[in-house]
Amino acid sequence: MPAQVVTVTSGKGGVGKTTAVANLAVALASNGSKVVCIDGDIGLRNLDVILGLENRIVYDIVDVIEGRCRLKQAMIKDKKLPNLYLIPAAQTRDKNAVSANDMNHLAKDLRSECDFVLIDSPAGIERGFKNAIAPADRVLVVTNPEISAVRDADRVIGILEAEEKGPGALIINRLNPVLIKKQDMLSAGDVLDLLAIELIGIVPEDEGVLIGSNRGTPVSADPKSRAGQAFRNIARRLKGENVPFLDLDSSGSLWERLQKLTGRK
Amino acid sequence: MNETNSMIHIKGLRDGLLVSLDDAPWEEQLAALVSRVDAQPSFFQGARLALDVASQILHVNDLVSLRDQLSERGIFLWAVVSESPTTEQTAQLLGLATRISKPRPEESRAYAVDDLGEDAALFLDRTLRYGTRIEFAGHVVVLGDVNPGAEIVAEGNVIIWGRLRGMVHAGSKGNREAVICALDFSPMQLRIADEVSAAMDSQTHSKPQVARINEFGSLQAENWSPD
Repeated sequence: MPAQVVTVTSGKGGVGKTTAVANLAVALASNGSKVVCIDGDIGLRNLDVILGLENRIVYDIVDVIEGRCRLKQAMIKDKKLPNLYLIPAAQTRDKNAVSANDMNHLAKDLRSECDFVLIDSPAGIERGFKNAIAPADRVLVVTNPEISAVRDADRVIGILEAEEKGPGALIINRLNPVLIKKQDMLSAGDVLDLLAIELIGIVPEDEGVLIGSNRGTPVSADPKSRAGQAFRNIARRLKGENVPFLDLDSSGSLWERLQKLTGRK
Repeated sequence: MNETNSMIHIKGLRDGLLVSLDDAPWEEQLAALVSRVDAQPSFFQGARLALDVASQILHVNDLVSLRDQLSERGIFLWAVVSESPTTEQTAQLLGLATRISKPRPEESRAYAVDDLGEDAALFLDRTLRYGTRIEFAGHVVVLGDVNPGAEIVAEGNVIIWGRLRGMVHAGSKGNREAVICALDFSPMQLRIADEVSAAMDSQTHSKPQVARINEFGSLQAENWSPD
Protein backbone atom coordinates (compact mmCIF):
# COMPACT_ATOMS: atom_id res chain seq x y z
CA MET A 1 0.00 0.00 0.00
CA PRO A 2 1.45 3.38 -0.87
CA ALA A 3 2.19 5.73 1.99
CA GLN A 4 -0.30 8.16 3.43
CA VAL A 5 1.07 11.70 3.47
CA VAL A 6 -0.22 13.49 6.55
CA THR A 7 0.49 17.17 7.19
CA VAL A 8 0.09 18.60 10.67
CA THR A 9 -0.70 22.30 10.77
CA SER A 10 -2.44 24.89 12.93
CA GLY A 11 -2.20 28.49 11.79
CA LYS A 12 -1.19 29.71 15.24
CA GLY A 13 2.25 28.92 16.56
CA GLY A 14 2.96 27.15 19.81
CA VAL A 15 -0.12 24.96 19.92
CA GLY A 16 1.86 21.73 19.66
CA LYS A 17 2.23 20.86 15.98
CA THR A 18 5.78 19.63 16.27
CA THR A 19 5.05 17.75 19.47
CA ALA A 20 2.07 16.12 17.78
CA VAL A 21 4.18 15.07 14.79
CA ALA A 22 6.88 13.59 17.04
CA ASN A 23 4.37 11.73 19.17
CA LEU A 24 2.33 10.44 16.27
CA ALA A 25 5.50 9.32 14.52
CA VAL A 26 6.67 7.40 17.57
CA ALA A 27 3.21 5.89 18.10
CA LEU A 28 2.89 4.80 14.47
CA ALA A 29 6.42 3.43 14.33
CA SER A 30 6.03 1.50 17.61
CA ASN A 31 2.97 -0.04 16.05
CA GLY A 32 5.00 -1.45 13.18
CA SER A 33 4.50 1.20 10.48
CA LYS A 34 7.45 2.60 8.63
CA VAL A 35 7.32 6.35 9.18
CA VAL A 36 9.25 9.26 7.70
CA CYS A 37 8.81 12.68 9.33
CA ILE A 38 9.65 15.83 7.44
CA ASP A 39 10.34 19.03 9.31
CA GLY A 40 8.74 21.65 7.07
CA ASP A 41 9.76 24.59 9.20
CA ILE A 42 12.80 25.57 7.18
CA GLY A 43 15.03 27.94 9.12
CA LEU A 44 13.48 27.16 12.51
CA ARG A 45 13.93 23.46 12.88
CA ASN A 46 12.61 21.79 16.02
CA LEU A 47 11.43 18.32 15.22
CA ASP A 48 14.96 16.93 15.44
CA VAL A 49 15.27 18.22 19.01
CA ILE A 50 11.98 16.76 20.14
CA LEU A 51 12.88 13.40 18.61
CA GLY A 52 16.34 13.68 20.19
CA LEU A 53 18.16 13.37 16.88
CA GLU A 54 19.76 16.80 16.68
CA ASN A 55 23.33 15.58 16.95
CA ARG A 56 22.97 13.12 14.08
CA ILE A 57 22.09 15.60 11.37
CA VAL A 58 24.45 15.71 8.43
CA TYR A 59 22.18 16.54 5.50
CA ASP A 60 18.83 18.28 5.52
CA ILE A 61 15.79 18.74 3.30
CA VAL A 62 17.32 21.61 1.33
CA ASP A 63 20.37 19.45 0.58
CA VAL A 64 18.05 16.85 -0.90
CA ILE A 65 16.10 19.37 -2.93
CA GLU A 66 19.19 21.10 -4.23
CA GLY A 67 20.80 17.77 -5.06
CA ARG A 68 23.71 17.84 -2.62
CA CYS A 69 22.80 14.44 -1.26
CA ARG A 70 20.56 11.49 -1.96
CA LEU A 71 17.21 11.21 -0.21
CA LYS A 72 18.41 8.21 1.84
CA GLN A 73 21.37 10.17 3.15
CA ALA A 74 19.11 12.81 4.67
CA MET A 75 16.84 10.24 6.34
CA ILE A 76 18.03 9.99 9.93
CA LYS A 77 17.14 6.78 11.67
CA ASP A 78 15.67 7.07 15.16
CA LYS A 79 17.70 5.99 18.20
CA LYS A 80 15.22 3.36 19.36
CA LEU A 81 12.76 2.72 16.57
CA PRO A 82 14.41 1.24 13.48
CA ASN A 83 11.43 2.09 11.24
CA LEU A 84 11.23 5.78 12.16
CA TYR A 85 13.14 8.33 10.09
CA LEU A 86 13.46 12.09 10.12
CA ILE A 87 14.26 14.43 7.28
CA PRO A 88 15.34 17.56 9.16
CA ALA A 89 14.79 21.16 8.12
CA ALA A 90 17.69 23.40 7.19
CA GLN A 91 18.85 25.77 9.89
CA THR A 92 20.52 28.35 7.76
CA ARG A 93 18.00 28.81 4.96
CA ASP A 94 14.43 30.03 4.86
CA LYS A 95 11.11 28.96 3.38
CA ASN A 96 12.03 30.30 -0.06
CA ALA A 97 14.59 27.50 -0.46
CA VAL A 98 11.71 25.06 -1.01
CA SER A 99 8.73 25.16 -3.34
CA ALA A 100 5.43 23.31 -3.28
CA ASN A 101 6.67 21.36 -6.28
CA ASP A 102 9.78 20.27 -4.39
CA MET A 103 7.60 18.98 -1.59
CA ASN A 104 5.42 17.09 -4.06
CA HIS A 105 8.48 15.44 -5.61
CA LEU A 106 9.92 14.55 -2.23
CA ALA A 107 6.63 13.06 -1.04
CA LYS A 108 6.32 11.12 -4.28
CA ASP A 109 9.75 9.57 -3.79
CA LEU A 110 8.90 8.68 -0.19
CA ARG A 111 5.51 7.15 -0.91
CA SER A 112 7.01 3.88 -2.12
CA GLU A 113 9.47 3.79 0.79
CA CYS A 114 7.20 3.82 3.81
CA ASP A 115 3.68 3.65 5.27
CA PHE A 116 3.37 7.19 6.59
CA VAL A 117 4.97 10.49 5.70
CA LEU A 118 4.31 13.03 8.45
CA ILE A 119 4.97 16.66 7.57
CA ASP A 120 5.37 19.26 10.28
CA SER A 121 4.09 22.56 8.94
CA PRO A 122 5.40 25.93 10.09
CA ALA A 123 2.96 28.30 11.78
CA GLY A 124 1.19 30.85 9.64
CA ILE A 125 -0.62 30.63 6.34
CA GLU A 126 2.18 31.75 4.05
CA ARG A 127 4.57 29.93 1.82
CA GLY A 128 5.95 27.40 4.29
CA PHE A 129 2.42 26.33 5.16
CA LYS A 130 1.43 26.12 1.50
CA ASN A 131 4.51 23.97 0.83
CA ALA A 132 3.66 21.66 3.71
CA ILE A 133 0.08 21.03 2.64
CA ALA A 134 0.86 20.67 -1.09
CA PRO A 135 1.60 16.91 -1.03
CA ALA A 136 -0.85 16.03 1.78
CA ASP A 137 -3.42 13.28 1.41
CA ARG A 138 -4.74 14.21 4.79
CA VAL A 139 -4.33 17.29 6.96
CA LEU A 140 -4.50 17.33 10.74
CA VAL A 141 -5.30 20.71 12.25
CA VAL A 142 -3.99 21.14 15.79
CA THR A 143 -5.61 23.68 18.08
CA ASN A 144 -5.70 24.53 21.76
CA PRO A 145 -8.92 25.23 23.60
CA GLU A 146 -8.34 28.97 23.50
CA ILE A 147 -10.07 31.51 21.33
CA SER A 148 -7.15 32.80 19.28
CA ALA A 149 -5.94 29.30 18.41
CA VAL A 150 -9.44 28.26 17.39
CA ARG A 151 -9.85 31.34 15.17
CA ASP A 152 -6.58 30.58 13.41
CA ALA A 153 -7.61 26.96 12.98
CA ASP A 154 -10.86 28.19 11.40
CA ARG A 155 -8.88 30.28 8.92
CA VAL A 156 -6.64 27.34 8.08
CA ILE A 157 -9.63 25.06 7.54
CA GLY A 158 -11.11 27.66 5.19
CA ILE A 159 -7.87 27.68 3.17
CA LEU A 160 -7.73 23.88 3.12
CA GLU A 161 -11.27 23.82 1.76
CA ALA A 162 -10.39 26.40 -0.88
CA GLU A 163 -7.29 24.41 -1.90
CA GLU A 164 -9.38 21.26 -2.05
CA LYS A 165 -7.40 19.50 0.63
CA GLY A 166 -10.61 18.65 2.48
CA PRO A 167 -11.55 20.29 5.74
CA GLY A 168 -8.94 18.26 7.62
CA ALA A 169 -9.33 16.48 10.93
CA LEU A 170 -9.00 18.20 14.27
CA ILE A 171 -6.67 17.54 17.20
CA ILE A 172 -7.56 19.49 20.32
CA ASN A 173 -4.34 19.69 22.28
CA ARG A 174 -3.75 20.62 25.94
CA LEU A 175 -7.28 20.28 27.17
CA ASN A 176 -7.53 20.84 30.90
CA PRO A 177 -10.72 19.30 32.37
CA VAL A 178 -10.29 21.21 35.65
CA LEU A 179 -10.28 24.60 33.91
CA ILE A 180 -13.22 23.61 31.77
CA LYS A 181 -15.21 22.68 34.85
CA LYS A 182 -14.49 26.10 36.26
CA GLN A 183 -15.58 27.48 32.87
CA ASP A 184 -12.17 29.06 32.40
CA MET A 185 -11.40 27.13 29.24
CA LEU A 186 -13.29 26.33 26.08
CA SER A 187 -14.52 22.76 26.13
CA ALA A 188 -13.97 20.34 23.28
CA GLY A 189 -17.64 20.82 22.51
CA ASP A 190 -17.21 24.61 22.18
CA VAL A 191 -14.28 24.14 19.80
CA LEU A 192 -16.07 21.59 17.65
CA ASP A 193 -19.16 23.74 17.64
CA LEU A 194 -17.26 26.49 15.86
CA LEU A 195 -14.97 24.48 13.61
CA ALA A 196 -17.47 21.77 12.71
CA ILE A 197 -14.96 19.27 11.27
CA GLU A 198 -14.09 15.68 12.07
CA LEU A 199 -12.41 15.23 15.45
CA ILE A 200 -9.49 12.82 15.42
CA GLY A 201 -8.16 13.31 18.92
CA ILE A 202 -8.22 15.17 22.21
CA VAL A 203 -4.95 15.38 24.09
CA PRO A 204 -5.12 16.31 27.76
CA GLU A 205 -2.74 18.86 29.24
CA ASP A 206 0.19 16.91 30.66
CA GLU A 207 3.54 18.18 31.85
CA GLY A 208 5.01 14.87 30.78
CA VAL A 209 4.70 16.07 27.17
CA LEU A 210 7.03 18.99 27.81
CA ILE A 211 9.47 16.86 29.78
CA GLY A 212 9.48 14.26 27.02
CA SER A 213 10.12 16.94 24.40
CA ASN A 214 13.05 18.34 26.34
CA ARG A 215 14.56 14.88 26.79
CA GLY A 216 14.04 13.98 23.15
CA THR A 217 11.82 11.04 24.04
CA PRO A 218 8.22 11.76 23.02
CA VAL A 219 5.65 10.86 25.63
CA SER A 220 3.73 8.48 23.37
CA ALA A 221 6.46 5.96 24.11
CA ASP A 222 5.43 6.03 27.76
CA PRO A 223 2.63 3.49 28.33
CA LYS A 224 1.47 5.20 31.54
CA SER A 225 1.02 8.71 30.13
CA ARG A 226 -2.54 9.93 29.43
CA ALA A 227 -1.35 12.33 26.74
CA GLY A 228 0.74 9.51 25.29
CA GLN A 229 -2.36 7.32 25.21
CA ALA A 230 -4.25 10.10 23.41
CA PHE A 231 -1.52 10.31 20.74
CA ARG A 232 -1.43 6.51 20.39
CA ASN A 233 -5.19 6.59 19.84
CA ILE A 234 -4.83 9.23 17.13
CA ALA A 235 -2.20 7.07 15.45
CA ARG A 236 -4.59 4.12 15.44
CA ARG A 237 -7.35 6.30 14.03
CA LEU A 238 -4.98 7.38 11.27
CA LYS A 239 -4.63 3.71 10.41
CA GLY A 240 -8.39 3.51 10.08
CA GLU A 241 -9.23 1.88 13.40
CA ASN A 242 -12.28 2.98 15.29
CA VAL A 243 -10.97 3.90 18.75
CA PRO A 244 -13.24 5.41 21.40
CA PHE A 245 -12.25 8.80 22.79
CA LEU A 246 -10.62 9.00 26.21
CA ASP A 247 -12.93 10.01 29.00
CA LEU A 248 -11.11 13.07 30.25
CA ASP A 249 -13.79 14.31 32.56
CA SER A 250 -14.82 12.00 35.34
CA SER A 251 -18.26 13.59 35.64
CA GLY A 252 -18.98 12.48 32.13
CA SER A 253 -20.64 15.68 30.96
CA LEU A 254 -17.92 16.41 28.41
CA TRP A 255 -18.04 12.83 27.31
CA GLU A 256 -21.76 12.96 26.78
CA ARG A 257 -21.45 16.14 24.74
CA LEU A 258 -18.72 14.57 22.66
CA GLN A 259 -20.76 11.49 22.03
CA LYS A 260 -23.54 13.70 20.82
CA LEU A 261 -21.23 15.73 18.63
CA THR A 262 -19.44 12.84 17.05
CA GLY A 263 -22.64 10.90 16.57
CA ARG A 264 -21.46 7.91 18.61
CA LYS A 265 -23.72 6.37 21.20
CA MET B 1 -10.83 26.90 -17.00
CA ASN B 2 -7.82 24.69 -16.61
CA GLU B 3 -5.80 23.35 -19.47
CA THR B 4 -2.55 21.50 -19.36
CA ASN B 5 0.07 20.31 -21.70
CA SER B 6 3.52 19.06 -20.81
CA MET B 7 4.82 22.10 -18.97
CA ILE B 8 2.40 24.96 -19.37
CA HIS B 9 -0.58 25.47 -17.13
CA ILE B 10 -3.12 28.08 -18.09
CA LYS B 11 -5.68 29.30 -15.68
CA GLY B 12 -8.34 31.98 -15.95
CA LEU B 13 -8.00 34.78 -13.43
CA ARG B 14 -10.61 37.36 -12.67
CA ASP B 15 -8.89 39.85 -14.93
CA GLY B 16 -6.94 37.79 -17.43
CA LEU B 17 -4.90 34.64 -17.70
CA LEU B 18 -2.25 33.14 -15.48
CA VAL B 19 0.29 30.98 -17.26
CA SER B 20 2.48 28.85 -15.01
CA LEU B 21 5.70 27.36 -16.30
CA ASP B 22 7.93 24.88 -14.54
CA ASP B 23 11.68 24.57 -14.28
CA ALA B 24 12.38 23.11 -17.72
CA PRO B 25 14.89 25.03 -19.89
CA TRP B 26 13.63 28.50 -20.76
CA GLU B 27 14.01 28.13 -24.54
CA GLU B 28 11.78 25.06 -24.51
CA GLN B 29 9.19 26.76 -22.34
CA LEU B 30 9.17 29.83 -24.51
CA ALA B 31 8.76 27.77 -27.66
CA ALA B 32 5.98 25.75 -26.04
CA LEU B 33 4.16 28.87 -24.92
CA VAL B 34 4.40 30.52 -28.32
CA SER B 35 3.25 27.42 -30.15
CA ARG B 36 0.39 27.11 -27.67
CA VAL B 37 -0.66 30.66 -28.39
CA ASP B 38 -0.39 30.13 -32.13
CA ALA B 39 -2.57 27.04 -31.88
CA GLN B 40 -5.49 29.00 -30.40
CA PRO B 41 -5.00 32.59 -31.52
CA SER B 42 -8.60 33.59 -30.88
CA PHE B 43 -8.47 32.39 -27.29
CA PHE B 44 -5.42 34.46 -26.50
CA GLN B 45 -6.18 37.51 -28.64
CA GLY B 46 -6.33 40.63 -26.47
CA ALA B 47 -5.61 38.73 -23.24
CA ARG B 48 -3.99 40.22 -20.16
CA LEU B 49 -1.40 37.68 -19.24
CA ALA B 50 0.47 37.05 -16.00
CA LEU B 51 3.33 34.59 -16.09
CA ASP B 52 4.51 32.45 -13.21
CA VAL B 53 8.01 31.26 -14.07
CA ALA B 54 8.71 29.30 -10.86
CA SER B 55 12.43 29.58 -10.08
CA GLN B 56 13.65 30.39 -13.61
CA ILE B 57 16.39 32.97 -13.66
CA LEU B 58 15.56 35.39 -16.44
CA HIS B 59 17.44 38.43 -17.66
CA VAL B 60 16.24 41.54 -19.41
CA ASN B 61 16.77 40.05 -22.88
CA ASP B 62 14.65 37.00 -22.08
CA LEU B 63 11.73 39.02 -20.85
CA VAL B 64 11.94 41.66 -23.56
CA SER B 65 11.91 38.99 -26.23
CA LEU B 66 8.99 37.27 -24.53
CA ARG B 67 7.05 40.49 -24.20
CA ASP B 68 7.64 41.35 -27.86
CA GLN B 69 6.63 37.92 -29.08
CA LEU B 70 3.46 38.09 -27.04
CA SER B 71 2.54 41.60 -28.06
CA GLU B 72 2.97 40.65 -31.73
CA ARG B 73 0.18 38.18 -31.04
CA GLY B 74 -2.04 40.71 -29.38
CA ILE B 75 -1.28 39.60 -25.82
CA PHE B 76 -0.46 42.07 -23.08
CA LEU B 77 2.09 40.78 -20.57
CA TRP B 78 1.55 42.68 -17.34
CA ALA B 79 3.12 40.56 -14.62
CA VAL B 80 5.91 38.07 -14.10
CA VAL B 81 5.87 36.17 -10.86
CA SER B 82 9.00 34.37 -9.82
CA GLU B 83 10.69 32.78 -6.85
CA SER B 84 14.03 34.03 -8.12
CA PRO B 85 15.03 37.48 -6.88
CA THR B 86 17.00 38.07 -10.10
CA THR B 87 13.97 37.47 -12.25
CA GLU B 88 11.87 39.63 -9.98
CA GLN B 89 14.33 42.48 -10.37
CA THR B 90 14.38 42.04 -14.12
CA ALA B 91 10.61 42.20 -14.24
CA GLN B 92 10.58 45.32 -12.11
CA LEU B 93 13.16 46.94 -14.39
CA LEU B 94 10.79 46.40 -17.29
CA GLY B 95 7.90 47.89 -15.35
CA LEU B 96 6.10 44.57 -14.98
CA ALA B 97 4.17 43.69 -11.86
CA THR B 98 5.76 40.95 -9.77
CA ARG B 99 2.78 40.21 -7.57
CA ILE B 100 -0.62 39.20 -8.70
CA SER B 101 -3.24 39.13 -6.04
CA LYS B 102 -4.28 35.57 -6.72
CA PRO B 103 -7.95 35.87 -5.96
CA ARG B 104 -8.94 32.85 -3.97
CA PRO B 105 -12.55 32.64 -4.95
CA GLU B 106 -13.59 30.95 -1.74
CA GLU B 107 -11.95 33.53 0.43
CA SER B 108 -12.83 36.90 -0.87
CA ARG B 109 -15.12 37.69 -3.67
CA ALA B 110 -17.03 40.64 -4.96
CA TYR B 111 -19.92 39.28 -6.97
CA ALA B 112 -21.34 41.14 -9.94
CA VAL B 113 -25.05 41.48 -10.51
CA ASP B 114 -26.26 42.03 -14.00
CA ASP B 115 -29.94 42.23 -14.67
CA LEU B 116 -31.78 41.68 -11.43
CA GLY B 117 -30.93 45.06 -9.99
CA GLU B 118 -31.44 45.45 -6.28
CA ASP B 119 -33.65 42.37 -6.02
CA ALA B 120 -30.77 40.00 -6.64
CA ALA B 121 -29.74 37.72 -3.78
CA LEU B 122 -26.63 35.64 -3.31
CA PHE B 123 -27.26 32.25 -1.76
CA LEU B 124 -24.34 30.67 0.09
CA ASP B 125 -24.84 27.10 1.13
CA ARG B 126 -21.89 26.76 3.49
CA THR B 127 -20.25 28.07 6.62
CA LEU B 128 -18.18 31.21 6.18
CA ARG B 129 -14.92 30.81 8.06
CA TYR B 130 -12.39 33.24 9.48
CA GLY B 131 -10.84 35.31 6.70
CA THR B 132 -13.74 34.98 4.26
CA ARG B 133 -15.19 38.19 2.91
CA ILE B 134 -18.30 38.27 0.77
CA GLU B 135 -19.32 41.45 -1.01
CA PHE B 136 -22.51 41.59 -2.97
CA ALA B 137 -24.58 44.28 -4.62
CA GLY B 138 -27.87 42.82 -3.42
CA HIS B 139 -29.18 40.60 -0.62
CA VAL B 140 -27.17 37.76 0.91
CA VAL B 141 -28.61 34.54 2.28
CA VAL B 142 -26.38 32.10 4.13
CA LEU B 143 -27.41 28.56 4.93
CA GLY B 144 -24.67 27.88 7.45
CA ASP B 145 -22.74 29.79 10.10
CA VAL B 146 -20.85 33.05 9.83
CA ASN B 147 -17.82 32.44 12.04
CA PRO B 148 -15.81 35.07 13.91
CA GLY B 149 -13.50 36.81 11.46
CA ALA B 150 -15.80 36.30 8.46
CA GLU B 151 -17.34 39.37 6.84
CA ILE B 152 -20.41 39.95 4.71
CA VAL B 153 -20.95 43.28 2.99
CA ALA B 154 -24.26 43.52 1.14
CA GLU B 155 -26.11 46.40 -0.41
CA GLY B 156 -29.41 44.80 0.61
CA ASN B 157 -30.53 42.60 3.52
CA VAL B 158 -28.58 39.75 5.08
CA ILE B 159 -30.30 36.61 6.29
CA ILE B 160 -28.37 33.89 8.08
CA TRP B 161 -29.93 30.53 8.69
CA GLY B 162 -27.36 29.60 11.26
CA ARG B 163 -25.13 31.29 13.81
CA LEU B 164 -23.96 34.82 13.25
CA ARG B 165 -20.65 35.40 15.01
CA GLY B 166 -18.75 37.45 12.46
CA MET B 167 -19.25 40.92 10.97
CA VAL B 168 -22.17 41.85 8.76
CA HIS B 169 -22.75 45.12 6.95
CA ALA B 170 -26.18 45.42 5.36
CA GLY B 171 -27.33 48.32 3.24
CA SER B 172 -23.68 49.07 2.55
CA LYS B 173 -24.49 51.76 -0.03
CA GLY B 174 -26.62 53.66 2.44
CA ASN B 175 -29.92 51.79 2.53
CA ARG B 176 -31.14 52.45 6.09
CA GLU B 177 -34.12 50.14 5.61
CA ALA B 178 -31.90 47.06 5.37
CA VAL B 179 -32.18 44.36 8.03
CA ILE B 180 -29.94 41.59 9.31
CA CYS B 181 -31.46 38.42 10.71
CA ALA B 182 -29.94 35.27 12.10
CA LEU B 183 -31.08 32.20 13.98
CA ASP B 184 -28.38 32.57 16.62
CA PHE B 185 -27.46 36.17 16.96
CA SER B 186 -24.07 36.95 18.51
CA PRO B 187 -22.25 39.06 15.93
CA MET B 188 -18.81 40.53 16.47
CA GLN B 189 -20.02 43.76 14.90
CA LEU B 190 -23.02 44.88 12.90
CA ARG B 191 -23.37 47.70 10.43
CA ILE B 192 -26.44 48.93 8.63
CA ALA B 193 -25.84 51.79 6.19
CA ASP B 194 -23.45 54.02 8.16
CA GLU B 195 -24.53 52.93 11.64
CA VAL B 196 -22.05 50.74 13.45
CA SER B 197 -22.64 48.67 16.52
CA ALA B 198 -20.09 46.65 18.43
CA ALA B 199 -21.13 43.28 19.83
CA MET B 200 -24.84 43.75 20.44
CA ASP B 201 -24.93 41.67 23.55
CA SER B 202 -22.19 39.70 25.16
CA GLN B 203 -24.53 36.90 26.12
CA THR B 204 -24.82 34.13 23.66
CA HIS B 205 -28.30 34.04 22.27
CA SER B 206 -29.79 31.01 20.78
CA LYS B 207 -32.86 32.93 19.72
CA PRO B 208 -33.54 34.25 16.25
CA GLN B 209 -33.16 38.00 16.11
CA VAL B 210 -33.58 40.81 13.61
CA ALA B 211 -31.44 43.95 13.60
CA ARG B 212 -32.59 47.19 11.98
CA ILE B 213 -32.28 50.92 12.42
CA ASN B 214 -35.05 52.02 14.80
CA GLU B 215 -37.07 55.22 14.79
CA PHE B 216 -34.39 56.98 16.85
CA GLY B 217 -31.84 56.28 14.16
CA SER B 218 -29.77 53.73 16.03
CA LEU B 219 -29.07 50.09 15.41
CA GLN B 220 -31.21 47.73 17.41
CA ALA B 221 -31.65 43.97 17.53
CA GLU B 222 -34.93 42.40 18.60
CA ASN B 223 -36.03 38.86 19.22
CA TRP B 224 -37.97 37.51 16.35
CA SER B 225 -41.42 36.22 17.15
CA PRO B 226 -43.92 34.71 14.78
CA ASP B 227 -46.67 37.26 15.43
